[in-house]
Amino acid sequence: MNFPILSSLILLPTIGALFLLFSKDKNSNTAKYVALFTSFINFLISIYLWYLFDPSTSSFQFIEDRIWLEGFVNYKVGIDGISILFIVLTTFITPLCIISVNNTVKVRLRHFLIAILIMESLMIGVFCSLDLVVFYLFFEAGLIPMFLIIGIWGGTRRVYSAFKFFLYTLVGSVLMLVAIISIYWIAGTTDIIQLYELSLDIKYQNLLWLAFFSSFAVKTPMWPFHTWLPDAHVEAPTAGSVLLAAILLKMAGYGFIRFSLGLFPVASELFTPLIYILSLIAILYASLVALMQEDMKKLIAYSSVAHMGFVTLGIFTITQQGIEGSIIQMISHGLVSAALFLCVGVVYDRMHSRLINTYGGIVSVMPKYSILFMLFTLAALGLPGTSGFIGEFLVLMGAFKDNFLVAVIASLGVILGAAYMLWLYRRVVFGNLVNKDLLKIPDLDNSEKFILWSLAIPVLFLGFYPEPLINTIEVSVKDLIEMYNFNLNMYSQEVKK
Amino acid sequence: MINLNFISAEIFISVSIMFLLILGVFKKNSSSLIHNLSIGLLLITGILILNNYPDKSLTFFANSYIIDTLSSLMKIFTVIGGALVLSISKKYLKISNIFLIEYPILILCSILGMMVMISSNDLIVFYIGLELQSLALYVLASFNRDQLKSSESGLKYFVLSALSSGLLLYGCSLIYGFSESTNFNIIGNALKSTHYGLTFGIVFILVGLAFKISAVPFHMWAPDVYEGSPTSVTLFFATVPKVAALTVFIRFLYVPFINMIDQWQPIIIFLSIASMIFGAIAAIGQNNLKRLVAYSSIGHIGYTLAGLSVATNEGIQASIIYISIYMVMNLGLFSCLFMMKRNDQFFETIEDLSGLSKNHPILSLSFLVILFSLAGIPPLAGFFAKFYIFKSVIEQSMYFLAIVGLLSTVIAAFYYLKIIKVIYFDKEKEKYDTDHSTWLKVSLAISTLLILLYFIFPSKIVEIVSSVTII
Repeated sequence: MNFPILSSLILLPTIGALFLLFSKDKNSNTAKYVALFTSFINFLISIYLWYLFDPSTSSFQFIEDRIWLEGFVNYKVGIDGISILFIVLTTFITPLCIISVNNTVKVRLRHFLIAILIMESLMIGVFCSLDLVVFYLFFEAGLIPMFLIIGIWGGTRRVYSAFKFFLYTLVGSVLMLVAIISIYWIAGTTDIIQLYELSLDIKYQNLLWLAFFSSFAVKTPMWPFHTWLPDAHVEAPTAGSVLLAAILLKMAGYGFIRFSLGLFPVASELFTPLIYILSLIAILYASLVALMQEDMKKLIAYSSVAHMGFVTLGIFTITQQGIEGSIIQMISHGLVSAALFLCVGVVYDRMHSRLINTYGGIVSVMPKYSILFMLFTLAALGLPGTSGFIGEFLVLMGAFKDNFLVAVIASLGVILGAAYMLWLYRRVVFGNLVNKDLLKIPDLDNSEKFILWSLAIPVLFLGFYPEPLINTIEVSVKDLIEMYNFNLNMYSQEVKK
Repeated sequence: MINLNFISAEIFISVSIMFLLILGVFKKNSSSLIHNLSIGLLLITGILILNNYPDKSLTFFANSYIIDTLSSLMKIFTVIGGALVLSISKKYLKISNIFLIEYPILILCSILGMMVMISSNDLIVFYIGLELQSLALYVLASFNRDQLKSSESGLKYFVLSALSSGLLLYGCSLIYGFSESTNFNIIGNALKSTHYGLTFGIVFILVGLAFKISAVPFHMWAPDVYEGSPTSVTLFFATVPKVAALTVFIRFLYVPFINMIDQWQPIIIFLSIASMIFGAIAAIGQNNLKRLVAYSSIGHIGYTLAGLSVATNEGIQASIIYISIYMVMNLGLFSCLFMMKRNDQFFETIEDLSGLSKNHPILSLSFLVILFSLAGIPPLAGFFAKFYIFKSVIEQSMYFLAIVGLLSTVIAAFYYLKIIKVIYFDKEKEKYDTDHSTWLKVSLAISTLLILLYFIFPSKIVEIVSSVTII
């Protein structure tokens, strides 16, 4: 029990990265195997952690508490039912990213792998930190490797995109830093467990909530702070897009659940209409914009905005179904968007074009690819039997419970989602094979098959049997909502007095 | 009988200066010897200060000279800073043909001046220290006298600095006139009444001091002087005198002027905000790295002033931590600049860094770490420096200052990113030389590692600095 399993999860990829840093450049294959090996071991550890995890309690487990900034901040990590899933998602996606670099990254492979591994460390750190300052540290530090991944290995407008990504996120985050330090002076601690028990003074909550919101809204991204995302996605190399879509965006959703709901219940209740409106706009607007895209990556990026709209909507319904749905939607979106970006990467590597009208009729040259692409398309639009369905369904159920009108409008988004995904699929895969260059391209090779199938299996499995996920999060979500309502009642009684 | 142990460092360094001057006169071609000797002597001075590290404050010479934890700590910073500057700039001086005996001796003189400044508890002693320091710095700025820019920067620095010294003196005379003493403690007790004359005196003194640390709007000299001076002197300007001037700032605000806090607090806050914003915005358009460092140092001084404005011990400690981390970052940054050399010619514009990461991966990695740290991105040391500052600022509920400060870090991040972009994203150019001196490599490695690994042991420096209490 005393073995620091979470710290080793955080540290292991960094150790792998250090090893790569000091190795020779000559054989890039060795570097890849080292990176793959480290991240795979990390995946196994996280699975073992999930196995050890006790889902019957909502209190934090595997807690490590070390003095860090003396008398001020402790290095404190631990997990509950919500964070464990994101950790497993992170460790699952990273090895796949590393396998996928085969075809996409041609220059400075070793450095790319170092960046990916450090990124993995930081992302795991975000999901298991139990102190606001530690959380901020991991949350912000992720900017450095991502900036380099987009900037060095990106496409033609990479510099613009990298800067936009970095500065947008930084602006949001510095306000959160002000809020974190303020919390320290108001409550005397930044330890999340203690803060949960303390419940912050009502008069500060609104401003603090807004400061946290500014950071998470940019990262989610919510409309109207989403404009960095399409740029970053389009220019990032495939592996970068995958990390960005599958995990980085989830940090914000996770942050909303952990901090906005947990620490500022009164403010969350107050700002719920704001979140509803922004989420609905995100769902509808991003879906409509996605319909008009010529660029495949951009289309999927906008679909991410729409899907994250469902996530924020679900979180702020504050119902068991809504929050569970949001978490499952995030996990599912992590798998599906990763797969879709990889699918785009597959054809991009062959044709060097992301424009939809380059393609058409590739079902006749790449049948295996077309099957998998169809599976993920259907999962993205939320067909029953895929993980996407469970998430959206639960979110909408929660929304119906809370506000009928919001739920109806959000349901429109599901229809729009089907429209743009199916249209994308039709234009790329079906139709006449006009472009003669397409005739020469080969179907999936073994590594691509391996990556896509390993994403397809959990998507299908969770679609039919979401029990493992729901089991893990159920108690944590229930207690979160109970605590939320308890605090809310307490405040309303105080107001009455 | 005065116990001279505590001022043995000052005595030792004065004697060393005279000894080195005589040695330089009588022994031909002794530049190298004197250079190395000065480094050694500075280190011995550091040991002397450390040996006599006081546990309470002591005053000497009729209360005009003070030795306390603040002064000793800051003296150690200046001495170590001076020694490092000398040790990493040796090769640069040789190549630039300014490897003369006067150079290390002038640096020693200015360090002596700074030590007097740091320990002063009296307006006159303070002024003597300040002038000794400044005179040496004027000469250093124009040390490369064959170059037009260097002479120009020396002259510019001299004229503007003389003006600010004049203001400072005028302020001193006003203070003396209204409080009837030049001693800080006596002034502090006398300044309980708010008289307009005293307020004017404080303003003049603050203006003079703001000039010395190049806070906006008294920063005009900095970019030109930084650009024109030899790089090694720029490094010295950017680090060591800042430490000394900051100490004097602390001493002035919290000993003689402590009762006038309502008068000076808005001034400091204004200086701080103006410096942070101006430093961030003006640096964006710069192409010369030395000029850019000048603007970035203006911005960084803004953060240190933010720590001073809060009037708590934590604020002062945060400022000291900030300036020490800033010193390490600058040492690293300039070590990188010294390495940008091809066929005995140094390069100093941003374009010259283009694609550095392809040919010099380790050097670029250090650059990357240092620049991100300057921008204040976690988990690097620069983040913690800012973190402590804003922690103390927010403790006093000065949210406006905190938010403006943090937003200006975002603007500042832009120009640091621009350099990183050139290093990492652009096409490579010719290789630079790799025959650097061991000292240079070691200093770059140590400063990079300190910045990178700071987060593992963040409490050490806080522990050291927490002994400094002045209020």
